[in-house]
Amino acid sequence: MKQNSPLQKNPLSLQLDLSKYSAASFELATDEEKRQQDVMGESTTFFKDGMRKLLKNPLAVIAIVLILLILITIIVAPYIVPYSYEEILSVEGRRDKGAKNLAPFTYSKMEQQYIAKGGERFPHIFGTDEQCRDYFIRVVYGTRISLFIGFFASLIVLVIGILYGSISGYLGGRVDLIMMRIVDIIYSLPDMLMIILLSVVLNEVLVFPAGSFMARLGTNMVSLFIVFGLLYWVGMARLIRGQILSIKQNEYILAAQSIGAKPGRIIRKHIIPNCLSVIIISTALQIPSAIFTESFLSFVGIGVRAPMPSLGSLANSARGGLQSYPYKLVFPAVMICLIVLSLNLLGDGLRDAFDPKLKR
Amino acid sequence: MHDTLVEVNDLKQYFPIRTGIGKTIPLKAVDDISFTIGRGETLGLVGESGCGKTTAGRSILRLYEPTGGEVLFEGEPVTDRNITAMRKKMQMVFQDPYSSLDPRMTVEDIIGEPLDVHKLCKNRKERRERILELMETVGLNAEHATRYAHEFSGGQRQRIGIARALAVKPDFIVCDEPVSALDVSIQAQIINMFEELQEKLGVAYLFIAHDLLVVHHISKRIAVMYLGKIVELADADEINDHPIHPYTESLLSAVPIPDPDITRARQRIILEGDVPSPLHRPTGCPFRTRCRYATEQCARECPELTDRGGGHQVACWVK
Repeated sequence: MKQNSPLQKNPLSLQLDLSKYSAASFELATDEEKRQQDVMGESTTFFKDGMRKLLKNPLAVIAIVLILLILITIIVAPYIVPYSYEEILSVEGRRDKGAKNLAPFTYSKMEQQYIAKGGERFPHIFGTDEQCRDYFIRVVYGTRISLFIGFFASLIVLVIGILYGSISGYLGGRVDLIMMRIVDIIYSLPDMLMIILLSVVLNEVLVFPAGSFMARLGTNMVSLFIVFGLLYWVGMARLIRGQILSIKQNEYILAAQSIGAKPGRIIRKHIIPNCLSVIIISTALQIPSAIFTESFLSFVGIGVRAPMPSLGSLANSARGGLQSYPYKLVFPAVMICLIVLSLNLLGDGLRDAFDPKLKR
Repeated sequence: MHDTLVEVNDLKQYFPIRTGIGKTIPLKAVDDISFTIGRGETLGLVGESGCGKTTAGRSILRLYEPTGGEVLFEGEPVTDRNITAMRKKMQMVFQDPYSSLDPRMTVEDIIGEPLDVHKLCKNRKERRERILELMETVGLNAEHATRYAHEFSGGQRQRIGIARALAVKPDFIVCDEPVSALDVSIQAQIINMFEELQEKLGVAYLFIAHDLLVVHHISKRIAVMYLGKIVELADADEINDHPIHPYTESLLSAVPIPDPDITRARQRIILEGDVPSPLHRPTGCPFRTRCRYATEQCARECPELTDRGGGHQVACWVK
């Protein structure tokens, strides 16, 4: 194999003839010159890189601004507006019967007299409803409830989905087979029917202490959470299981095993961080779907309990006077659209920014 | 001679392959291989793709549960019970430097992971110092510690992988084709580094590769594998100069020699056909379907490794 015969230099070869040079003709590169060869970009973490891409996406930025505006409004508005969502308007302690179905930024006769006397009255920004309640604050509270339900339902889905999916995906084999068949069964249950049945049953079973938050929210909403906890996690569990199955194939998992890392450490340190982007994205997309479900249920009449408003129930009660007071349907409907649209856009933006497969 | 560090006896690794409902047949990826590796020695393991080299390396480290046989480390059998302690002495360098490093971890955390798992450092300062020391050993700059793996070139990534393997101060490292994913110029650097590390730290290597030149350069002894079996095992120079097994002969004849005159003059032994599927391995000698010397005896019985003098072991009936 080893050859000692010196190779003949081809006269036409352009290769440098080293015999013409001595060691003196060359100069050693200094350390600094060597380092100039290592061309490396600024070190960025995965999240910094993702956020940078997200903020370059105009639609995502619009969505973030919208969500922030909505959040600020629903947090700050109840402290500024002097009315409460269940308060029937009254002027100087007397019930204001004329303040029914007022148009935006108008005052009832009693209020006008009060203002004429020199009193101050906060404007009804969205008018009032047919029970003489300030409509703006009701929409604000409805948005609060809808967002609250959206976030918590997604959180329930997220926690159950991650636990179930990661156990199923990591253990694999027979455990995975059985766990996924259970998911298939749950997947085939009709969700609306389950929500209606559960709320009927839970109405009888669940009794909350009067005045507590749960009691004001109503049994229907609690059953909605329970149904989310029972049924809606399956999509998330499937997604995470699929992710883990593919991440498990990577050699760095085998490397971690060869180091001696235990399964718990491998899941925590290697698998979950590597599917975090998918988890964030699908949670962001889960929120609007939960809000949608809640709005739909409230619209049908099995949502939050009166007088607590939600965007769906507001839209439902506005249906009665649609001919005379169309704006009462427009406000909650536009609000639902804005929330769902901006969360969907944000979810899409997150996917574009964090999904490694879409990396350019 | 060296005292024995690793002893592999009749190691078997079968994978069940499902052929129908309730029916499985074993895929014999590694079938009865035995060899020893001395302290500070390098054993090269060569063979073509799919012959079970990688599986053999992983079974020795118990990344797969071996079907049969045993591995002795310093005379002590490696079992599930003592494997965590054994992982401190036996490590692995992987083939693909792109997928063997977690993309979400910094270099510091990748190299530091074995230290964390085995709790080898008392505090953060000590951990940091050890990591920087390891990075210097493999020729990485200290300022690279906070960077992510994807920011490095293939050669640098392989250096990170080697530093990770060295972190626990192992006595034995399985190098699973550590250079086959790299450019030729980088290959030379990495191989020289392996040699330097061996001189400095006295580690033993099981060096798996399919490139005979590379293996011959680094190894003291070479084992040639074909279809899950070792067909020839001898000193590196001996196997290079006097190959006995017809498979080794054909492998050597395929090694390029950088001299056109010799290349033109020499005769290449070109093997006919493909490697048989390990699911349907030939009866008797696994190589007989492609061997030009095959006889009837080869079809009947499988040859055992026999010593042909000077530790040169060959499994062949004819030669």
